[in-house]
Amino acid sequence: MKILLKTGSFLGLALTLVPPIVFFVGNLELSLMKGYMGIGMALWFVTAPFWINKPSKSEQF
Amino acid sequence: MSNSFLKKVVGETNEFERTPIPSGSLKGAKSFLGMYAGEHTAGTEFVIGPLFVAHGVSAGDLVFGLLIGNLLAVLSWGLITGPIAASKRLTLYYQLERIAGKNVVRWYNLVNSLMFCFLAGSMIAVSATAVGIPFDLEMPTLSDWLPRTPGWILTVFLMGGVITLVAIQGYTQVSRFANVMSPWMILVFFAAAIVGLAQLGVGSFESLIRIAQEVIWNGVPLAGMSKFTIWHTIFFAWFCNMAMHIGMSDLTILRYAKSWTYGFYSFAGVFLGHFVAWIASGILYSVFLQADSASQEFAPGAIAYKTLGIAGAICVVIAGWTTANPTIYRAGLALQAIFPKVSTWKITASVGVVTSLAACFPALVMKLLDFVALYGLLLMPMGAVIFADFYFSKKMGFQSEAALNSKSVFSIPALLSWVLTLVFCLGLNFIYGVEIFFLGLPGWFVAIAIFVVLSKIKYPLAKSSPLG
Repeated sequence: MKILLKTGSFLGLALTLVPPIVFFVGNLELSLMKGYMGIGMALWFVTAPFWINKPSKSEQF
Repeated sequence: MSNSFLKKVVGETNEFERTPIPSGSLKGAKSFLGMYAGEHTAGTEFVIGPLFVAHGVSAGDLVFGLLIGNLLAVLSWGLITGPIAASKRLTLYYQLERIAGKNVVRWYNLVNSLMFCFLAGSMIAVSATAVGIPFDLEMPTLSDWLPRTPGWILTVFLMGGVITLVAIQGYTQVSRFANVMSPWMILVFFAAAIVGLAQLGVGSFESLIRIAQEVIWNGVPLAGMSKFTIWHTIFFAWFCNMAMHIGMSDLTILRYAKSWTYGFYSFAGVFLGHFVAWIASGILYSVFLQADSASQEFAPGAIAYKTLGIAGAICVVIAGWTTANPTIYRAGLALQAIFPKVSTWKITASVGVVTSLAACFPALVMKLLDFVALYGLLLMPMGAVIFADFYFSKKMGFQSEAALNSKSVFSIPALLSWVLTLVFCLGLNFIYGVEIFFLGLPGWFVAIAIFVVLSKIKYPLAKSSPLG
């Protein structure tokens, strides 16, 4: 389950950065780029909180 | 509010207001990386970057000034704040009480809390410029001091309420939220720069240089704005967080650090945050000005939404939030020192109300550069006092933590260091015209000198008898 969450999170980050790059090189419309970034944002918000703040063994007391 | 709901909101928080942090409660690097990155990839960045553009900084002055100034800030956190925080493990407020006495610290805490309220208020206002977009809220302009509409007031109060509820939960909740948001926000700033440059016509390295120099940071200030040089950029980047590093406010955060070196993790904030974000937001504002160079509207949320869509607008909301949260937390601790018998959550809630009131006034956003410089300057002398007490008490022959050791509630050396330093800075400004951004450096040395001299007179170390 954690692997799925992390995959979703990194996909979300990818959708935040890659579409602007594709727009920069002229291969994506601005409105579509904004849409992809919005989806990336949603993906990050629904997946990241479930694994980012989980303490590692070194953090546990 | 039912008891069960109240308990859930307030939670069980032990913030160690008057005791050193026990080893079992120390936090690892991840907490600080996330906190610093989140705190400095923030709503302020959506304001400062555009204001640099408005003040006519040239491209070269901006890049080199930010590199140098941010490096100096990291060194300040790492070499000045971190060692003292890890050694004493006390809040700034309690540490100051032990040195300066409770009565001096009451005034310091009041000023500190007020400044933090105003800063947090400006960040709530920044977030409100995004929240108001779907409601077609009338946005503030560069010359606004007062709120324009009741809708603005309602929006900032709603945001302030939610942010305060999170701050009531204490440092752990603040850190958790920043940890989750900061990686995404940093990428949004990168995206803003990339998309903005594309919209400005950048298609090659040569065009990047040309457009940066001729369009974005063209060296010409907007009408009514003063001209900024590389020195303004260096000193603003260094001292925009003066209250936190040489002002020692971050003792309160770094006291949780497992190592004294964690102050250097501020690099995540100032280089990923300030450096990238100020450049990116400057690009966004430049895109905005291309559409209407005469526009006086200054709404970071609307500017980001225009270029990046919903992700940009949400980023502005979150950016303001992740700055307002720790700032409200710090303001709460400052007041806690004045009212130790009042529970922390009530204090934080009161701070939230004052903050939300302050957020109603857009001037806090429009005059942010000056306000940030002023707030750091007002608090810096007490950081100098803590520094001098920690490093020079034995060497220079005066009692460390003199107020505590002499069972006094009032330290003349500390109070006079504060007041006379500010008088000195005011004199530099009024008589010699030294701008507020440059006053912190000479002021810090003056504060240390005054405190050392007066402490040697008032609280000399007793000379030991030659017979032992």
